[in-house]
Amino acid sequence: MSVLVLIDHEQGEVPDSARQALTLGRDLARQLGAPLAAVAIGTGAEAVALGQAVDGVWHVDHPVLTDYAPAAWGESVVQLVAQEMPVAVVAPGSDRGNEVLAHVAALSDLPMVANILEADASAEAWNLTRVRWGGSLLEKAELSAAVRLVSAAAHAFPAAATDGPEAPVSQFSPDLGDAHALTRVTERVTEEAGITLATAPVVVSGGRGVGGPDGFGPLEELAELLAGAVGCSRVVTNNGWRPHSDQVGQTGTRVAPELYVACGISGAIQHWVGMMASKHVLAINTDPEAPMVTKAEYAVIGDVAEMVPAIVAEVRRRRST
Amino acid sequence: MKVLVCVKRVPAPGARIVLTPDGRAIESGHLSFTTSPHEECAVEAGIQLKEAHGGTVTVLTLGPAEAGEQLRYAASVGADEAVLVPTDGSDIDPQATAAGLLAAIEDLESGGDGFDLILFGNESADSGGFQVGIRVAHGLRRPVVSGIKGIDVEDDTVVVRREIPNGFEVYRLPVPAVVAVKEGINLPRYPTLSGRLKSKKLDIHRREAELVPGGQRMVRLESPPEQEVKTEILSDAADVVDVFERLGVL
Repeated sequence: MSVLVLIDHEQGEVPDSARQALTLGRDLARQLGAPLAAVAIGTGAEAVALGQAVDGVWHVDHPVLTDYAPAAWGESVVQLVAQEMPVAVVAPGSDRGNEVLAHVAALSDLPMVANILEADASAEAWNLTRVRWGGSLLEKAELSAAVRLVSAAAHAFPAAATDGPEAPVSQFSPDLGDAHALTRVTERVTEEAGITLATAPVVVSGGRGVGGPDGFGPLEELAELLAGAVGCSRVVTNNGWRPHSDQVGQTGTRVAPELYVACGISGAIQHWVGMMASKHVLAINTDPEAPMVTKAEYAVIGDVAEMVPAIVAEVRRRRST
Repeated sequence: MKVLVCVKRVPAPGARIVLTPDGRAIESGHLSFTTSPHEECAVEAGIQLKEAHGGTVTVLTLGPAEAGEQLRYAASVGADEAVLVPTDGSDIDPQATAAGLLAAIEDLESGGDGFDLILFGNESADSGGFQVGIRVAHGLRRPVVSGIKGIDVEDDTVVVRREIPNGFEVYRLPVPAVVAVKEGINLPRYPTLSGRLKSKKLDIHRREAELVPGGQRMVRLESPPEQEVKTEILSDAADVVDVFERLGVL
């Protein structure tokens, strides 16, 4: 009777989403008095280092599992669940985490509760709080199932420390066939490696107030000076000013940088939920009543087209002296 | 190729959400409704595939009678057929939603002419369960990949791309297949005047389905607590860079 946490590793590298899921997993394990075990699937699993964050690790291996394969990962978890009969399987609230958990749920006809913020496991039916509308609404939900499948909402839990000596490792070899290999990464195209939006320590983001695609030039300069990434609001991608991969928000990327600089962004709720996990927010806007301004820790009331170049010049001036 | 797109009617994103007194639903009287954003892109993707390869696009929704509006909108931008699985408008859990859609799809395919590709949105904007498309795919025993931002069809293979940090992954699925797409795969078109006129005459087929509740039960909805923030107003660029220094990001 354990709690299993799926590790959404990429060739052995453990992302923050997995560390956050481990924090939720540890909380549940403590409530239930159960051990906590990680599930690391496929090539690179042996490189997954979790230290004392878990009591044990399952390495799942099979020739089909040479690269990420959602159906095969899901089937592997189903077979491990049948052997171990855990109380719960916790997945990271990432693309992969939710995807694999949905395969587990579909294959075993179990309910799955995505993106939870809190869990009370004291009764037979668990009482959960989960995210709706990307986080602008909360749902109190009950979950009744033989094995509870939940994912940890992104940036809702602190990342678990993964230092210390490694916990004992057990091997698991699932029985997989050709059907499970149908959905497997067959090719990987890597564009120029730079600072990615999701993990940048500083995000300089622009909205309607930037005025057009050319208005992003100074934002790019500022982002580069601060070793950050450029983001934008949904209006900007809908207007075709920036690629969708730059969009921060409910339908774009969720970010949690040290500093979020919101330039000419009014702060509609679907944008806010994508950056509300930022440690500090600075808003630059002509409208002192804009929601982004009233919710920000710091604000400058002014035109982005004048303020951002002035900030760039000031940063350069201080660096040169 | 025959494409089916499953869509959901949701309040327009960005609207101020007010809950009913019992917290079991959203006050809908003052709201405008739309197609959930990822699914609006799924409709556009279906129409682009039809334009490139021929065939038809059918839209399917499970929702209240008012969801006919979203089906008509899809028709106004190019969908050919529309199917509604009617509900009483209450919150339907993901297992029941998937089972209802699956029953309707099996019924639609019972003539023997199946869909080559079934498109879903990655997750609905409102309830965000991240699972309905995957459940339906398993019910149909078809391969499925979610989070997709690019689709090409090469003969009997659907080649799909998924964004990862600094690049993308490629999957190749044999048809028939199921794909859940994300906003950003395209920019949905606006309806034309003739499209609007045509959609008014659209015949919406109804498929009744029994909606058996699953193991996830919504108890009530809550608005998250508003956090009181005292905003420090900075007057110029020097102030801003002082803050950068203080936060250690310089």
